[in-house]
Amino acid sequence: MADSTPKPSSSVKLVLLGEAAVGKSSLVLRFVNNDFQENKEPTIGAAFLTQKCNLPTRTIKFEIWDTAGQERFASLAPMYYRNAQSALVVYDLTKPTSLIKAKHWVAELQRQASPGIVIALVGNKLDLTNEAGASNSLGDDAESDAADGEDVDGDARKVSTAEAQSYAEEEGLLFFETSAKLGTNVTEVFTAIANAIPETSLKGIRGPGAAAAPARTEDPSRVNLTGPRDSASKEGCAC
Amino acid sequence: MPLDERSTDASEHAGPTSIDTEEESDSGNHSRVDKNNNKGEKQRPPLPPRPKAGLLQSDASPNSPQSVKGLRPSLQSKPTTALSSVDIQTLSFPDGSRGTFSTPGSRLVSESVMGLSTGTSTPSGKASRAGIDMDDTTSLISYAPTLRGNGDLESLLDSGLDSPSPAWKLLSTQSEAANPFESFEYEGPSLHSFDKEFDEIEAVDTKRGNEEELLIQWKSKLKHYIILSSAGKPIYSRHGDQNLINGYIGIIQTIISFFESAKDPLLGFTAGNTRFVVVTQGPLYLFAISKLKETDAQLRAQLDALYMQILSTLTLSNLTHLFTNRPNTDLRRPLEGTETLLSSLSDTFTKGSASSLLSALECLKIRKTQRYVINNTMLKARTPNLLYGLIVAGGRLVSVARPKRHSLHPGDLQLIFNMLFEAGSVKAGGGENWIPLCLPGFNNRGYLYMYVSFISARENAENVAERPSTASSVSQEDEIAILLISAEKESFFELKEMRDDIVEQLEKNGSMDIIKKAVRVGRSSATEMVPGTPLRHFLYKSRANVQFTMPSFSPDFGSALARRKLMNLYHALHASAHAKHAHTKVIHCISTDSVSLVWTTASFEFYCIAGPNTSRAALAQGANKIIQWVKREEERLFIIGGAVF
Repeated sequence: MADSTPKPSSSVKLVLLGEAAVGKSSLVLRFVNNDFQENKEPTIGAAFLTQKCNLPTRTIKFEIWDTAGQERFASLAPMYYRNAQSALVVYDLTKPTSLIKAKHWVAELQRQASPGIVIALVGNKLDLTNEAGASNSLGDDAESDAADGEDVDGDARKVSTAEAQSYAEEEGLLFFETSAKLGTNVTEVFTAIANAIPETSLKGIRGPGAAAAPARTEDPSRVNLTGPRDSASKEGCAC
Repeated sequence: MPLDERSTDASEHAGPTSIDTEEESDSGNHSRVDKNNNKGEKQRPPLPPRPKAGLLQSDASPNSPQSVKGLRPSLQSKPTTALSSVDIQTLSFPDGSRGTFSTPGSRLVSESVMGLSTGTSTPSGKASRAGIDMDDTTSLISYAPTLRGNGDLESLLDSGLDSPSPAWKLLSTQSEAANPFESFEYEGPSLHSFDKEFDEIEAVDTKRGNEEELLIQWKSKLKHYIILSSAGKPIYSRHGDQNLINGYIGIIQTIISFFESAKDPLLGFTAGNTRFVVVTQGPLYLFAISKLKETDAQLRAQLDALYMQILSTLTLSNLTHLFTNRPNTDLRRPLEGTETLLSSLSDTFTKGSASSLLSALECLKIRKTQRYVINNTMLKARTPNLLYGLIVAGGRLVSVARPKRHSLHPGDLQLIFNMLFEAGSVKAGGGENWIPLCLPGFNNRGYLYMYVSFISARENAENVAERPSTASSVSQEDEIAILLISAEKESFFELKEMRDDIVEQLEKNGSMDIIKKAVRVGRSSATEMVPGTPLRHFLYKSRANVQFTMPSFSPDFGSALARRKLMNLYHALHASAHAKHAHTKVIHCISTDSVSLVWTTASFEFYCIAGPNTSRAALAQGANKIIQWVKREEERLFIIGGAVF
C-alpha cells in the first residue's frame, strides 16, 4: 500500500450509495479489477477496496466503500460517508424508483456528509438500452447485446438522460451514464471524481476550509456526457 | 437396495465404552471424559455443544437407514408391513472373508429408527431384514445375465472394493430381480432426479401458460424449505416463485394455524414417501418437505438453522418488534438480499453436510507446534476490540482466538461459513468486507461486526494479499479467510490493521506456507491414513472438542450423488445412534451394497462405511485402527483449547 510513484499521491475516500441491485458492486469491480460478473449476489454489509487512479499531475488512491443497498443497512451508511471526500450515487436507468432513492441519498449527503463532498450521480445499466453501442466504441459488445434482446427496440430505459442530467445540474453533481457490464464510462466516472477533488482537501485537511472549493470547473459534461447525451437526444423522445 | 439385512449389535463392541451418553456432554463434564480422551483436554473445550434439537419423533415415515444404493429404479423390498424377520447365516467365502445372508426367520423388527436402535440381536444371529423375501431355493444361476445390469445406477460401493464373491453377487442380483414390477414407494428416495435438484424453476409466465409444467418440476424436487409468517405471508421458498406456490403457502398456513389454535401444535406428517415437518418460531412458520428420508429431528435441526439465519440478519429483537407492531409484516423486504444465504444453507442440507449432521466443525490438519505458532501470532496481534478471531482455510478451521469466557457456538460458525464459503457473495466482490451480523448462539439481540479478508492459497501471497482474486476460477477449497469479529461497529480499520499484522507475521514465521500447503494437500483418503483399511469413509466426532474429522470423499464418493447417498446412510446411522431411548453404543448395519458401523462412547462418535462384503471382524478391526490413528493425531486434527485471551 506504499506509494511508490514519484508523482504526488493522495488518498481519497469514496462511498457508493444507491438502491439494491443497481450495480454498485459491479461498477467497483469493473473499476478495480476490470471484471464483470453476471447475476452477482448482493453485497452484505460493505466491502472496502482500493484502486489507484493516475492523473497527469498526481496519483489518487481511492479508498472505496461499496455499501449494500438493502434498506436494513441504511442506518449504517453514515459510518461510511462520514469523512468521505467523494460519493458515487448510483441508480438503475431501467428503474425509475431507483432514481428517487438516489435523490434521497444525495439529499442526505448534502445534509450530513462533510461539506464539499464531491458527488457523482451515475445511471448504470446503459447496456440495457439500445444506445449502448452509439455512445462508445465497444461496437462488438453492443452488437452481441442487441442480438440478445429479442425485441427490435430492446430499449429498457425508463429514466431519460435529460431528466437525470437536469437534476444533476440543479444539485451541482457530476453526471454519467455507465455500463459496468460493457465498461462504458466507468473509468471516466472515477477520473472525473479524482479531478474534481479540491487540492486543499487532498492535503488531508478536511473541514470548513475545504468546503467551498469548486474544482468542478473541469466540467465533466464536456468530456464525458456528449456521447450519451447525443444518442439520448435521438432516442430520448421515444420514451 | 436398502436394508436387505441388518443386524444391530450392541453387545459385541461395547468393551471400551465406559459411559453411554445420549446427549452431548456439555463442557462441564470433563470427569466423564473417559480414558480414550485422556491427553490434553482437561481445559475447557473451545466450542460448546449445540443443544440437541427436539427428540426424535417416532413416526411412520421411512426414515430407517437406507443404503446408498437407493437410486435403483426398481426397488424390490417390501413395504414395512411386509417385513419378515430372518435368521442370519454366515458363509465363509473362498477368499477367507465371511458374509452373512439371511433366511426367513420368525422375529419381526420394525423398520423405524427406534426399531433399528433398540432391535438388538444376539451375535448368534437374528436380524431384521427388509428385502430379500424371495424364495431362497430359487436358482441362482438363472439370474446371472442381470448380474451387472444396473448400468450407471449400480452400487457405488461395490466397485473397487474387495470384490464380492460370486455367490454374494448372485444373491444380491437375485434380490433385485425378485419382483421387478413392484415398486415400493417407501423404499429409497428416488435419487435419480438428484442432479436436477438444484436447477432453478423459472418464473410463472401467465401468457405462456407454463404453470402446470413448472408445478411438475416443483413437485419433483426432493427437498423443499418454505418459510411463512403466521399471518400467512410468504417469506422464503427454496424452489418456485411466489405465483407458483402461493396456493400451497395458503394451505400450509391453514393447516398449521388449525393445530395452533387447538393448542396442539403440529409437528409433522407423512404423505406417501414424503415427510413434512413444521417448526413454529414466534411469528414464523418454518416448513420442510423431504423425500430424502431424514428424520424429524434432522429436518428440525435444518429448519432451526434457517431460522438462525433469519435471526442473524435481523436479530430477535427486530423480528419481534416488526411483528408486534404489524402482525402481517411482509418480512421479505427486511430480509432482502439474504435469499442466497438461505438457499445456500438449504442446499448444503440437501447435498448433505457432515458438519451440520454432527453439529461439529472440521479443522485443518497441521502439526500441534505449527498451530501453536499461529495461535500465538493471533494473540500477539490482538487489538482491544477483538471479540473472536478465526483463520479458516478451505472451509476448515485453522485457529480460533477467543476470550476466556466465550466460546463459539457451532451453529453460529455454520452461518458464517455458509455466508463466506457457500453463498459466495462476500468473496465475489473482492476486497475486504465489513459485515454486520447477529450470532444468535452468542447473543440473539445484538449485532456484531465481522471483518473478512480472503487470501488465495494458490498464488503468491504478495499480490494476493492486496487484491484477492474475484474470479470464480479460484475454488472455495483454496481460500484462506481471516475473520475478525468485534462488537464495535467503528473498528474496521483497527481490525484491518490487525489482519495486516497477522498476515505479515504468518508470512514471516512460515505459517502461511504451512497453511497453504495443508489446504492444497486437502483431506487424505482413509487408505492413506491406515493403509489397507477396508473402510471407504468415516466420520469421527470428538465430543469434547465439538469437532470432527473425515477422509476425503474421493475416490469413492466424488460426485454429488454419491455423496448424498453416503450422507443418507450417515443420517440414518446418526438417527439410530441418537434415538431417544436407545442406549446403543455399537450399531452394525449390513445391506447388499455396504456395511457400516456406528460406535459411540462418551468421548467420540464414530461412523464408518465399508464395502458390502466386509466381514464384521474386518470392519471392527478397521474401525479400531482408524480410531487409534485419530487418537494419535488428535492434536493435529483438532483445535484443543485454541488461542484464549
